[in-house]
Amino acid sequence: MEQPQQERSGSLRRLVADWASDRETFRVRWSKAMMWIFLLGDSFVFGSFLSAYAATRIAATAPWPNTGEVFALHVGGAEIPLLLVAIMTLILLSSGATMTLAVIYGLRHDQKRAAMWTGLTALLGAIFVSLQAVEWTNLIREGARPWTNPWGAPQFGANFFMLTGFHGMHVTIGVLLLSIIALRTSRGVYEQKRDYLSVELVGLYWGFVDLVWVFLFPFFYLF
Amino acid sequence: MQEHAAGLPETHGHEETHQHEPTGFWTKYIFSQDHKVIAMQYTITALLVGVVGMVFSWLMRLQLAFPGQLSLIQPDNYLQFMTQHGMIMVIYLLTAFLLGGFGNYLIPLMIGARDMAFPFLNMMSYWTYFVSVILLFAAFIVPGGPSGGGWTIYPPQSILPGASPGSEWGIRLLLMSLAVFVASGTMGGLNYVTTVLQLRAKGMTLMYLPLSVWGIFVASVLALLAFPALFVGGVMLLLDSLAGTSFFIPLVNQFGRQLGHEGGNPILFQHLFWYFGHPEVYIVILPAMGVVSDIIANFSRKPIFGYKAMVISILAIGGLSFLVWAHHMFVSGMNPYFAFWFAIATLAVAIPSAVKTYNWMLTLWGGNLWFTTPMLYAIGFVSTFVAGGLTGLYLGNTAVDVPLTDTYFVVAHFHLVMGVSAILGIFAGIYYWFPKAIGRMYNETLGKLHFWVTFVGTYAIFFPMYWLGAAGMPRRYYTNEAVTQLPPSSHELNIFITIAALTVGAAQLVFAFNLVWSIFKGKKAEGNPWKATSLEWQTPQTPPVHGNWGPTEPVVYRWAYDYSVPGASQDFTPQNVAGGPAQKAKASGKTKH
Repeated sequence: MEQPQQERSGSLRRLVADWASDRETFRVRWSKAMMWIFLLGDSFVFGSFLSAYAATRIAATAPWPNTGEVFALHVGGAEIPLLLVAIMTLILLSSGATMTLAVIYGLRHDQKRAAMWTGLTALLGAIFVSLQAVEWTNLIREGARPWTNPWGAPQFGANFFMLTGFHGMHVTIGVLLLSIIALRTSRGVYEQKRDYLSVELVGLYWGFVDLVWVFLFPFFYLF
Repeated sequence: MQEHAAGLPETHGHEETHQHEPTGFWTKYIFSQDHKVIAMQYTITALLVGVVGMVFSWLMRLQLAFPGQLSLIQPDNYLQFMTQHGMIMVIYLLTAFLLGGFGNYLIPLMIGARDMAFPFLNMMSYWTYFVSVILLFAAFIVPGGPSGGGWTIYPPQSILPGASPGSEWGIRLLLMSLAVFVASGTMGGLNYVTTVLQLRAKGMTLMYLPLSVWGIFVASVLALLAFPALFVGGVMLLLDSLAGTSFFIPLVNQFGRQLGHEGGNPILFQHLFWYFGHPEVYIVILPAMGVVSDIIANFSRKPIFGYKAMVISILAIGGLSFLVWAHHMFVSGMNPYFAFWFAIATLAVAIPSAVKTYNWMLTLWGGNLWFTTPMLYAIGFVSTFVAGGLTGLYLGNTAVDVPLTDTYFVVAHFHLVMGVSAILGIFAGIYYWFPKAIGRMYNETLGKLHFWVTFVGTYAIFFPMYWLGAAGMPRRYYTNEAVTQLPPSSHELNIFITIAALTVGAAQLVFAFNLVWSIFKGKKAEGNPWKATSLEWQTPQTPPVHGNWGPTEPVVYRWAYDYSVPGASQDFTPQNVAGGPAQKAKASGKTKH
């Protein structure tokens, strides 16, 4: 079925007109628009990090270590590959779900539940960072350093500490923000203003941190 | 409006930015959140930093003209002067001035807003920039001095001890300074982009925006997407230097001793750097293009020719800027098929650039030209942009680029197209908005003197460099005495260039005097001395006060180019005038009145 040419160009024109209309382009609050734009820029930071990781891995002269062995845990005499990081991933992805609930209850102005789920998200984030600290400690004990490691190419350790460090820094900032906002929610700061925007904003940020891990985990640990 | 430092929760009212006017000295002039004061802080800081960069260029020119006769620069520190000149000019002067200075001053005034969307973040942006400048100059007092690795700071030589001057603490401080600058630019860019998208006045559709706002807006988007690559490259280089990682450093034998690095990828840094570096030159040129478009239309008393084509060209240049970076790396040994792609994409940039140039010419054509100082500078911009831009077509072709790489041909090309052009655009803007920002007129005679010496002088400096480059004079050499293929006349040309450079430098004293004298003694300016249409000229007070618009915000009824409308009572109709004849009858975007 062919649409008449005129009508199609008419709808395109209407689309442009909608986006180019006066006052505001997006019908959202300023800070939400800014958060989206910030996350777009931040995605270029992690995009650059991951591309750089790929390029250094390809250029490395020594063989790349087997991540399944490096990140294995001894449990009851058996080596279980990627156990710790699998638990970490599970926790971080669950925190995405709790964050979503916090945002939903915030939008419903359900002060108690919004505070509870935001707080739970902060707790899960804190557990993730703590497990990451355990992971770092294990690797450092086994001799991994930014400039060398016992398993192969020195770029492995360099990339590991840089990538997980940067992501971990994002998570840590997120945990701080989540804790502050959970506290303010429970104290009724947002209820008084009838405005749970802060919960939504930190929800966007947390979703992004989650999403970065969804790329980092397979590209660094599984490949 | 309260903001957390991380820029997160802004929980106050949505449409309300009007703050109580600050009264104390510190909140009014130092830690001000008013976009106009922040713009002034950016402007003054960037110009002062630029003076340092200019003095460095004089010293280098003196050395090149009179090798062996002066001892201002030694062979072992020439590269430091050159590196710092480039860094200062590109990042700390041009980027900071065009986005932080013009962006801050013009965006809210031109779109009819009371301030930026996030005034606190805006203040943080300036002070973060200030810290980055401190770090930049801190490198001058550490052992070894500032980095001498070239403004492109390519590893390995930029960070290996002994490979280039300042390759230890000099480069580390520079990288930290750049990281801080990226933070500052991100805070500023988020503000500019959000403000343009969300804070426009009633009736101000996107297609009613003056081209200055379009240029600054797209440049801010480029900054937000290009700075991350510089940040990542810088962090990795810093880790290579401080933490002993081998991201960029392969196995190196230095002075018969094997260094502790292995398996790094030096070409990766070039990719990261130019993924930032190429958009960076458009971050600098797009705001200047916008400013020049507005000035040319105003002093031609004509609507800008092809407004829509201008907007599309700005967007096209912005989009293409992310697809051409490797044309800076044709000699890095890349796959010829990649070079083929990057050459094609590079040459495609000529299309929107040419559209813009023709539109400027056609705006001038048949106009009622007022040759004021800003107009002269705007026309000068078009001239140097063409003179520098056309050789981009030479250098964009791989086969031509390879023999010309690292010669003065490249130096002439980029100085004319993004150095001189951007500076002429900045001068045009400074003279044009001086009456509004200060409330007094500058001296027109001194302004014209400044223009003619600067304009003719910069051509005298950079045009002969094309010839020197084609003759084979290499870049970044302390002296060319050993370059035997250079004809003897090239030496005389080098003396000529140096004299021209010093003359242009002297002309900047005229500019400085004119500015300072006019601030205190200039003739009082009326609110709209150029009879311009855009909103910044329609403020109730000159200079505009805190909150910009008094009790009622402006409402926009027309585009910014209603000059010489047939049937109108004056030869210009401001954007906030309702009714009457108009050049552009229908808004492209619908208005939600």
